This record gives sequence, C-alpha cells and structure tokens, in this order.
Amino acid sequence: MVEVLKRLTEARGVTGNENEAREIILELAAQTGAEVSVDRIGNVIAGKTGQKGGKKVMLAAHMDEVGFLISGISDNGMLKFKPVGGIDQRILLSKRALIGKNGIPGVIGVKAIHLQEPEERNKVIQQKQMYIDIGVKSREEAEKLVEIGDYASFDSRFVRFGDNKVKAKSLDDRAGCGILLELLKETYDFNLAACFTVQEEIGLRGAEVAAWHVEPDLAVVLEGTTCADIPDVPEHLQTTRQGRGPAISFMDHSSIGDKGLFRRMVETAESRSIPYQIKENVAGGNDAGSIQRSRSGVPTVVVSVPCRYIHSPSSVMDLDDYANTLRLMKEFLKGCETR
Amino acid sequence: MKKFLAELIELPGVSGQEEETAKRIAGEFSGYCDEVRTDRFFNVYGIKRGSAPKTGKTPKVMLAAHMDEIALMVRDIDENGFLRVTNVGGVDQRILLAQEVTVHGREKLHGVVTTVPPHLQDAGDSQKVVKMKELSVDVGFGADKVKELVRVGDLITFCSPLVSMQGSMVNGKSIDDRAGVVMLSGVLQELDKLRYQAEVYAVATVQEEVGTRGAVISTYHVEPDIGVAIDVTHGETPDASRDDTYSMEKGIVICKGPNMHPGLTEKILEVAREYGIDYQISTAPRPTGTDARSMQISRSGVPTILVEIPLRYMHTTVETLNLDHLKMGARLIALFIASLKEGWQEWLKY
Repeated sequence: MVEVLKRLTEARGVTGNENEAREIILELAAQTGAEVSVDRIGNVIAGKTGQKGGKKVMLAAHMDEVGFLISGISDNGMLKFKPVGGIDQRILLSKRALIGKNGIPGVIGVKAIHLQEPEERNKVIQQKQMYIDIGVKSREEAEKLVEIGDYASFDSRFVRFGDNKVKAKSLDDRAGCGILLELLKETYDFNLAACFTVQEEIGLRGAEVAAWHVEPDLAVVLEGTTCADIPDVPEHLQTTRQGRGPAISFMDHSSIGDKGLFRRMVETAESRSIPYQIKENVAGGNDAGSIQRSRSGVPTVVVSVPCRYIHSPSSVMDLDDYANTLRLMKEFLKGCETR
Repeated sequence: MKKFLAELIELPGVSGQEEETAKRIAGEFSGYCDEVRTDRFFNVYGIKRGSAPKTGKTPKVMLAAHMDEIALMVRDIDENGFLRVTNVGGVDQRILLAQEVTVHGREKLHGVVTTVPPHLQDAGDSQKVVKMKELSVDVGFGADKVKELVRVGDLITFCSPLVSMQGSMVNGKSIDDRAGVVMLSGVLQELDKLRYQAEVYAVATVQEEVGTRGAVISTYHVEPDIGVAIDVTHGETPDASRDDTYSMEKGIVICKGPNMHPGLTEKILEVAREYGIDYQISTAPRPTGTDARSMQISRSGVPTILVEIPLRYMHTTVETLNLDHLKMGARLIALFIASLKEGWQEWLKY
C-alpha cells in the first residue's frame, strides 16, 4: 500500500500532461483484473462488472497535480514559467522542479539575502519575476533541453516520518488514486467504474467527460483535501484535522453532497467504529461538482484524506487516515450491495 | 570532488555544533596530509610539508575555508507539538514555506515548514510575507512525543541533498562554504603533483557565519606567514545587479581591497596568467565577511589573500555552484604555493 503511494506521488502528472501518473495507474489497475481503458481526454476508467449487474457506482479520484508550464526562455538560459492550478507564489522560492519529458532538474532561486535591501525582505516576490535555473549559460543551450510548452513539476521524494506520516508532493489526489486501486482488488455485486480523472485542478474537466460516458447511478469522489490544523489558523477554519480519520463533506464550493449518501457514509463509519470527521469548512472544490451535474444528474458524496500543505512540494498525510478512508470505502461499497 | 561535496553538505554543521562535519573532514584530510589535528572548537588542520628550501625560512601557508552553515533553531514548542523557529545566521524568511528540514533533537526528526493552502487563504494573502515568527515546523508527532524529543534551542538544518544540473553545475544546501572545504582537499591533492617548499596548513574553520570566530582561533594557533581564505561570492543571476555578482563560467574570483595583501594578490594573479587559469576580480572596500577578515589581523599580522567561488542563491536550500571552479581554484592555489621559492619574503614587502 505504501509502496504504491510512493510510486504514485513520485510520478509526475501536471494537469494536461498526466502521462507518468497514468502509466502507473494503467499498470496497477490492469493487475486487479479490471477492464481498463483510456478515454479521449486521458481519464483512466477501470470497470468491474458486478456479479448481479444492475446499478452502476462511479468512484473518482484525480490523477493530475498542480505544477508549471514553461512559457519562455531568456537569453541567459533561465526559464520563465506559469503556474498550472492554484499555487501560492510565496512557496516557490528556493524549491526544485523537474522539467520536460526527461525531468531536467532546475531550481527556482532568489538572490542572496546579502544582496537584498532590508525592505525587500518583507516584500513578496511576484511569480512573474521568478525563473527556473537549469544550470546552462545561454538560450541556445537551454533550447537543446527544454521547449516552450514543456511541463514542470515539483521535485519532491516520498518520505515516511513522524507518527506514521508521509511527506510527498501530489498527495492531492494520488491518495485518492491509491485508494481506488485498492478498492479495485475487491469484487462487487454491482457494476463499478473507478475513474482516475485528469484536469481536476483547472476546473474538474476530466470528470465531466468521465461521468458522461460512465452514466453512473451514484458516485463517490475520493480526495486529498485541505487540512489546516496548524498554528495561527483559527479552529473554525482548520477544515479537517489530521489523525481523526476520513473527512466526509456535506458541501464544498463545487457541490452539495447527496443527503442520503452523506448519511449512509456517516452511518457506515459509526456502525463499523471507523474514525471519521465531517469536513467543517465550505472550501475548495472537486470532481463531484462535474459528476453531480452530468446528464440528468448524479447523487454524489465526497470522502477525503486530510492532507496538510497541499499544492506544495511537501504535503503531509497520516497513513492511519489513509487506511481508515480505505476501510470506510470498503464497508460503504459492501452496503451498496445490500441496498 | 562531487562525491565529497555531496557527503559534506548532508552533515549537520551549524555554527558552534560542527563536530560531525569536522570528523568527516579530518578523515578526508588524513588521506592527503602528513598530520591532521582537530582543536577544541573543532577547527580541523590538515598539515602537509614540502621540501625545505636550501636557504632561508620555510614559508608557513595557512589556507582556510569554513565548515559551518546557517540554520534555524527551535524557539518554542506549542501545545500541539508544532515548533516555532528563529534563525542562526542570515536566512531569508521568504524561502521557508513548505521547506523540508531536519530537527536535531534527542533523535533526528524529519520536518516540514507549515503553510496554509491557497484554498483557505483570503484574497490578498499571497501578497503578504509570512514572517519567520509566524512560521512553524511540523515533525509529524503529537505534543507529548515532541516534548520528549525536542527542546527549545535544538537546531534545525535544511534537508536538501546535492543535485546535479546541466554540465558541471550542482545545487544543494550549505555549499557555502563546504565547497571551500572541498577545494582545500583539492589543493592538498594537487600539491602531491608538485614540488613545493612550504609548510601548508589547510584549515577547515568553524563559526564563520557568526563572525569568523574559528579563523581567529586557528590563525593564532598556526601563526602563518601567509594566509589564503577560500569562500563563496555571489554568482550572476537575473534578479541581482551585475555589479555585485560574478560569472558562473569565467573562473575563480580573486578579491582586491584593504583586507587583502596587494603583493600576494598580484602574485597569485601572475600565477593564474602564467598557467592560463581563468579568473575574475572582485573588490571589497571594507573588511570582507570571510575568514580573511580575522586572518589578516592575527598576532603580528598575516599577509592574506582571498579566493572566491561564485555561488548563486547563497544562504538558500538551492545554492548553485559550478564544480569546474573548485578544480580550477585548487590548481591555482597549489601552483601559488609551489611558486613560493627562496626569496618569497620579497612578495610580502610594501
């Protein structure tokens, strides 16, 4: 389970260029015996036909991650870039990136503190002023290695630390992808479509396409969601708390959870004594927004693993939360068989 | 050189706590030296003796590069086990968000600097600098465990191993001035290829970042005739003035100014020209922020020169260096030492 998470989070898959992540998902999904296909926008759909057929349940997790598009090459060989997805410009300084298909290593540097005027140290450097240094001298050298339009991702290894925690990039939402891959190992009475979607980070676009052709009766979205249980964030804005189990959403900026599904999810957790929490803050959005409004409408509910520092190279997840999210989903899907 | 640099930068060596780094350096030096000493402040001295001149005094040359690094320190531990931090040495607070660190408590703990995700920010937040005092470090343990393992005053180093870039460029933490220490080791190795008449003390110094304190002690101890400080200077980048920075390709930098001995500086430039070694000139109108500052005024005074290595993004986790400069610098300093023959005292006159 942890090994899969490591592979998933170390794979690069910035929105619009999810290839590395998709390859791994295709490989692992096929191993579960699911019928696997890639649709025309790049979603991976892994289907399992139920022993009793009938109802179709869609599970969705997005495989794309925030990152960068290389938008220019300067005469001195430095690369200009644009963020893909929501990234706080303040986290970018003194970070590493991997650029293009070959993963050319680069750094987002900033001039030394010695060269800054005291007032500069209290000013935010605008993303547009930043550049990526790959260690070449000139535009000509850079052009041999990088093209405008190449994608770049954060460079961050998967690290286990603390009390059963992991640090990695793209836990949002490779955590969800990992859970889907585990769920695919089971057999179900009903028809299951596990959708690994693309382009969530720029407007839930992959899910829109996936939901249209899956045409589910109900859908559960698995996310790596915001968790700000950190100093200086008031309690009512912390959203979720790490270590307290999967977070079930009643509502976020993209959808209102189906009341029946929300209740069943909560009841499942309570009856099986699985720790859970309600996502307290109405913030963020996810694939449920697209899926819910697909065709003539689909009941949806969102279950998330709380992840600290998402949309940064160093997001942090509790493996117990991850395991409990998987447990909750297994029990919930069992319940879908009987009802 | 790359392998030694990669190993060195991963060792903790915050000013005043350099023991682990000092041990590794002493081990490295012992391969190329007649004698290796470590003093009680953990300055490491690699001593190498050339052949004695036929007449006159053998010049005693001290080379110095500092091994200590900047870092953070635990200032407070909150009720949930998050660490509040302060800096040891100059750290730009703006590079800290989402940075990976190692907390040196009762055990080494991996940590991440906290940041609020964009989803939960208010409009305009991304235009406000998060101050050092507002940051915290998450080590992934609950408060009880953290309080057992971490104390206020424990050090926090950055976690950023060496990465190879294009050509001979590399980046990582603490290259300031572990690169200089690697160059010291390079000089010792180069000297084996040369005939030279000097007693050479290659000194990896401590506590430079807090005021060249290791250099004060070690220069007093060595009592050299000639001092050579090796440190980093600023490499050229688009966001810095060209006047303050040096090319990453055009060679090692020799510094001119009152802190440096004019005759000796002329001598090393002459050696560079003779052997076709590229160099750049920097200027420092005041005492430099390097070990040369203290070496020059040790005891009855030490004629000192300063050799600098261009480094981009100094004091960040992605300090960027051209490894070719280390080879060039090592060769230049070794040739400079070999050029000190009978009559070397003439160079020291005004």
